Amino acid sequence: MSAVMGRRLPRLETGAAWLLALLWIAPLAYAIWAAIHPAALATHFDPFAPLTLDNFRKAWSFAPFAREFLNTTILVAMTLAAQLVLCTLAAYAFARFDFAGRDIAFALVLVQLMIMPEVLIVENYRTMARLGLVDTIVGIGLPYMASAFGIFLLRQTFKTIPRELEEAARVEGCSMLGVLWRVYVPLARPTYLAYALVSVSYHWNNFLWPLVITNSVDTRPLTVGLAIFGAPESGVDWAVISAGTLMAVSPLLVAFLLFQRQFMQSFMHAGIK
Amino acid sequence: MRDKWSVPGYVYGWLLLMPAAVLLVAFTHYPAAATLFDSFFTTGTVVRPRHFAGLANYAALAQDPIFWKVLGNNAVFALGTIPTSIALALLMAVWVNDRLPARALVRMSYFTPTILPMIAVANLWLFFYSPQIGLLDKLTGLFGASSHNWLGDPDTVMACLAVMTVWKEAGFFMIFYLAALQSLPPELEEAAKVEGASRWYFFWRVTFPLLMPTTLFVLVNATINSFKLVDHLFILTKGGPDNASNLLLYYIYQVAFSFFDTAYAATLTVVLLALLAALALVQFLLIERRVHYR
Repeated sequence: MSAVMGRRLPRLETGAAWLLALLWIAPLAYAIWAAIHPAALATHFDPFAPLTLDNFRKAWSFAPFAREFLNTTILVAMTLAAQLVLCTLAAYAFARFDFAGRDIAFALVLVQLMIMPEVLIVENYRTMARLGLVDTIVGIGLPYMASAFGIFLLRQTFKTIPRELEEAARVEGCSMLGVLWRVYVPLARPTYLAYALVSVSYHWNNFLWPLVITNSVDTRPLTVGLAIFGAPESGVDWAVISAGTLMAVSPLLVAFLLFQRQFMQSFMHAGIK
Repeated sequence: MRDKWSVPGYVYGWLLLMPAAVLLVAFTHYPAAATLFDSFFTTGTVVRPRHFAGLANYAALAQDPIFWKVLGNNAVFALGTIPTSIALALLMAVWVNDRLPARALVRMSYFTPTILPMIAVANLWLFFYSPQIGLLDKLTGLFGASSHNWLGDPDTVMACLAVMTVWKEAGFFMIFYLAALQSLPPELEEAAKVEGASRWYFFWRVTFPLLMPTTLFVLVNATINSFKLVDHLFILTKGGPDNASNLLLYYIYQVAFSFFDTAYAATLTVVLLALLAALALVQFLLIERRVHYR
């Protein structure tokens, strides 16, 4: 995303680009507007309407947000940690070892790119019931821990690392896992960052599988809580729903605003490979 | 060199792969196979244990008007969201790839919906579509139209969901176009300038054809995605009214977890798997071409 490249956009198109940008941010801006004004004024655009944090307070007490924040944080951290370890090992195997059945095994791994665990909710629910993992945070994360996407991404990166570096490390006396840890992992840092951002965003936002596998406040992540909270049946007024929704998305949103460039480059990096 | 490396490579290979392989088999390959297997049985109950049913579930599927309705909805949803999202994504990418004032802000605005969960998006948009108090009703009210239940009317519900989805997805696809645009050689544009080609002409004759591999890539991924995108239905419509907005994955969820007919849910899942496999095949062939292009 270099700033030097590209010519100046013609004036008419600049206007159109701005207009579209305004239109695109409007729904979120409107939610913020509604959340910081008294509920009765949410639909009236009075620029001098009094500001309030009441809606946030109400939302916080109406739904178990604190617990759901904790659940989501545990889920995201645990899933990412397991993914990093499992995908690193598998990617190393695919990138640097010759073994019978490697290509078939790799093709079988790629199947998961198309068939994500949420497509197989019925059967995966059954498996979790057998394992006694229904309504646990481990149960939400487990199907995603061996990520085909992560394996694929890291394999591509490991393959670009010159073998001479590995030879040198071996001569120095590194073990097989030592080579992985000292040579491959440090050199793949940008890929790890990209994958981590994509994974965190995905699991922070994931909904269908967590909905199926959880049934109590102790395990329910934010998205599932938000669905209960925001459903029309809940009878909560719109200003409070806006406030609750904004609270739930704010960690990711703030992270995105702070590290915009890394986020976009990560999504780009992840999509192009 | 020490002895650690003398173990044959295949042992290490499989050992390294093992933890991931176990989980992949347990949560992708095994359930896919089990789903296929289940689709040939009846749903067991306490009084009537499950038994082999042959193709009975598939016969029921062929006769199920909701299934066909839902499949049609998936097609409408894909056609209603993907071309528009891609066109907008391309436009956005071309714009923010050039220099314009406040470029970073514009780019951020386009991309922001991407990082919101679909559930949050649905929460926010529910209000726009609510009758009377909703923003959309207020807007049409300015032109003298009477109040309308946008999500409760089978004729408008899909359009409403499509607009929201385009808003959510376009910025994500923009990223791929941006990456592709930045990898185009700048000499092309200089040459075009020397030749006096107009911006419009350059875009359609040079940029657009060169972006074709990206367009195909985005197209296939967007189609795959459109089958998985059902979260918003839980908030906005629950598939209604009268299944007018129901989608295949949501219907699977309903059949399995509301009607408890797991055998029929398995049969529906097989259809979804077949569709995804077909798309995967298309993508595989396209990626093969992409390699040649590179």
